[in-house]
Amino acid sequence: MKKIFSRPEGLTDTLMRYCPGCGHGIVHRIVGELLIELDIRERTVGIAPVGCSVFADEYFNCDMIQPPHGRGPAVSAGIKRARPECIVFSYQGDGDLASIGTAEIIHAAARNENITVVFINNAIFGMTGGQMAPTTLPGMKSTTSQKGRDVRKQGYPMKVCEMLASLDGPYYLERCAVDTVKNVIKTKKALKMAFQNQLDDKGFCLIEVLSMCPTGWGQTPVQAKKWIGEVMSAYYPLGVYRDRSKEAK
Amino acid sequence: MAEKKLMYGNHAIVEGVIAAGCRFFAGYPITPQNEIPESMSVRMVDEGGVFIQTESEIAAINMLFGAAAAGKRAMTSSSSPGISLMQEGISYIAGADIPVLVVNIVRGGPGLGNIAPAQSDYYQSTRGGGHGDYFTITLAPNSAQDLYEFPKLAFELAEKYRNPALILADGLLGQMMEAVEFSFEPIDPKSLPEKEWALCGCKGRERRVVRSYDLKQGRLEELNLRRAEKYTTIRKDEQRFKDEYCDDADLVVIAYGTSSRIASAAVRMARQKGLKVGLLRPITLWPFPTDVLADMSKRIENFLVVEMSCGQMIDDVKLATECRSNIHFHGRPGGGVPIPSEILEKIEAVLGGAR
Amino acid sequence: MTKEIIISGFGGQGIVSSGIILAHAGLIEDKHVTFFPSYGAEMRGGTANCSVVISSEPVASPIVATPDVVIIMNEPSLARFEMAVKPGGLLLYNQTLIKSKPKRKDITVMPIEANVLAEELGQGRIANMVMLGVFAKKTGLLSLRTLKNAQRKRYKKANDEQLALNDKALEKGYGLFGNSK
Repeated sequence: MKKIFSRPEGLTDTLMRYCPGCGHGIVHRIVGELLIELDIRERTVGIAPVGCSVFADEYFNCDMIQPPHGRGPAVSAGIKRARPECIVFSYQGDGDLASIGTAEIIHAAARNENITVVFINNAIFGMTGGQMAPTTLPGMKSTTSQKGRDVRKQGYPMKVCEMLASLDGPYYLERCAVDTVKNVIKTKKALKMAFQNQLDDKGFCLIEVLSMCPTGWGQTPVQAKKWIGEVMSAYYPLGVYRDRSKEAK
Repeated sequence: MAEKKLMYGNHAIVEGVIAAGCRFFAGYPITPQNEIPESMSVRMVDEGGVFIQTESEIAAINMLFGAAAAGKRAMTSSSSPGISLMQEGISYIAGADIPVLVVNIVRGGPGLGNIAPAQSDYYQSTRGGGHGDYFTITLAPNSAQDLYEFPKLAFELAEKYRNPALILADGLLGQMMEAVEFSFEPIDPKSLPEKEWALCGCKGRERRVVRSYDLKQGRLEELNLRRAEKYTTIRKDEQRFKDEYCDDADLVVIAYGTSSRIASAAVRMARQKGLKVGLLRPITLWPFPTDVLADMSKRIENFLVVEMSCGQMIDDVKLATECRSNIHFHGRPGGGVPIPSEILEKIEAVLGGAR
Repeated sequence: MTKEIIISGFGGQGIVSSGIILAHAGLIEDKHVTFFPSYGAEMRGGTANCSVVISSEPVASPIVATPDVVIIMNEPSLARFEMAVKPGGLLLYNQTLIKSKPKRKDITVMPIEANVLAEELGQGRIANMVMLGVFAKKTGLLSLRTLKNAQRKRYKKANDEQLALNDKALEKGYGLFGNSK
């Protein structure tokens, strides 16, 4: 029998501990495939954040480092500047990137650090048990906004791509999603471009991925996918927010 | 002998760091150490190294984490409030067994405090500083010459034990000018061996992971016990100190850094008066020079601890002497700097009272 | 031999430079030296002062509490440092800018028209160099030639004209009190 589907060599032979229906596995696979397709696995250093994807350091089949919560962009900058020949990606969730690590991501973008950021936006703190994230939608329920996020008291969500697009520094910013096959393919295309830009020494690229968290959202995996398409992507529109390759022309 | 050059302490550090083969600096402005990043912004670039003015001390220490995990000698400098911000990162770096160099040009605290010289970060430096079971190797220079030479020593110790190292100076040492002799051959960074744990891409080898966590049952305990063995070795092998006039002393003054300079003047004044007084200057604050003190306490009745704080190192003196001697204290907190005559008065009071 | 010196005045009077020149000079003459300035917020717009120690022995304390010599460039500095001088010590002060008279009888007090003399040379801001010339002569600690070398180590970017003018100011101070020491 012919084998037609297998784990890419960019991922380790380890059982992932993500919940059923979680988007992390899809994005991990995309990155794992790209490490091979772009032939960069043996020169890549990845950053695993604090959050559900802290275990990414066991899943990606390349050198990995696990820094303090939110400091991935600073650690990435340190590695990339110390070893420019390495390909560096910072994999971060929304608590890590948009809450505790806000300063680090903004300044890495402003300095146009030549790194690739994979930003998983699932509108919730997954690892700690479904608390409100900076990306939690208005009215959305979480374990720390049990009656729904009250914007008068708990403020409004952070739109990271829009915010970073206000800076002159970043080279490429795009928001994707992994709710449908079509969007997964688009996400892979965007991430491929983000890694290629680093190879070409272009500078800071961030791909935001709207990703399912059925457990944190109290939904089935199928409901979660639908919710991204109907609700979440209405608040966080998909698309390219910065592409300096176009601006240059 | 090499020519001597008049230099600010802060500039001596910069030259010492570069001569030590370090080509990575990240830091954030704070008085009284601004001459370090200012000078680094020129010198590092001249030497083909990396200089980054960061958005915060938090970013700075994490850039060090990245650069050092990638196998390069990396350093930052700051002053007390900035060092407090770095503690999270230092804890992670210690937990990941990564060597880095942090320089603290201490100022008055707590809080914003003031910008005057102080020694009130002793506890923070010698007790780990951040969360978890760890120690940082802590060196206490007391001259511009030390500031030139200690970065090399600090990197060597940090790499030998895969542990962060700290140089604990203060505003006076940083702002003071003194003659510096370039006493060693500068190290070419390319001549430094590649680290067998460095992250640089897994070509031709197993992938490597640098991390401070292990959530599996019992694994962190094992890891911390192994690290404790390392600390035991450091405590045994790396205690450094200098002593003056201690052989026949009735009283020994114990002071480090700036205080040890001033205490040294007081000890000389006491000797001129015929008082048998010596000076013990710890050079490593962690590991604390416990052995020499334990030994001294068997014959010396009185120790006088002098610190620019309300008394922190005094705890280590008490632990080392195990109640065999009387421990006296003279402290100037909040940016106060003692003068030799006030230490002499204290010496005379102790010896007078002892008689 | 250990000489402890404090130099004090307004920011902009070349206080820090004077201290550094003395330290360079001490080093040129193979002595041990330390220089320590008042720094930070205190410098902004207020008084500036610095401590210099020149010694044949390694310098223990760089902090000067009871100076052998003070060089006082403005009124507030006189009030601050007159009483600190060691009995038998030396107080040089800039008479052009200081109207009060020092009260100490147990020290040598020397008024110098530093700004007037500097203006005569064409530049008021080199009053500090006049004072350093006087210092060298009165203490016998450093030669005039050494001071001339030392100012060149401090003012690396100065043009020859300025350096020559500084030399003249040093000479002027050095020659003020003839051979009487």
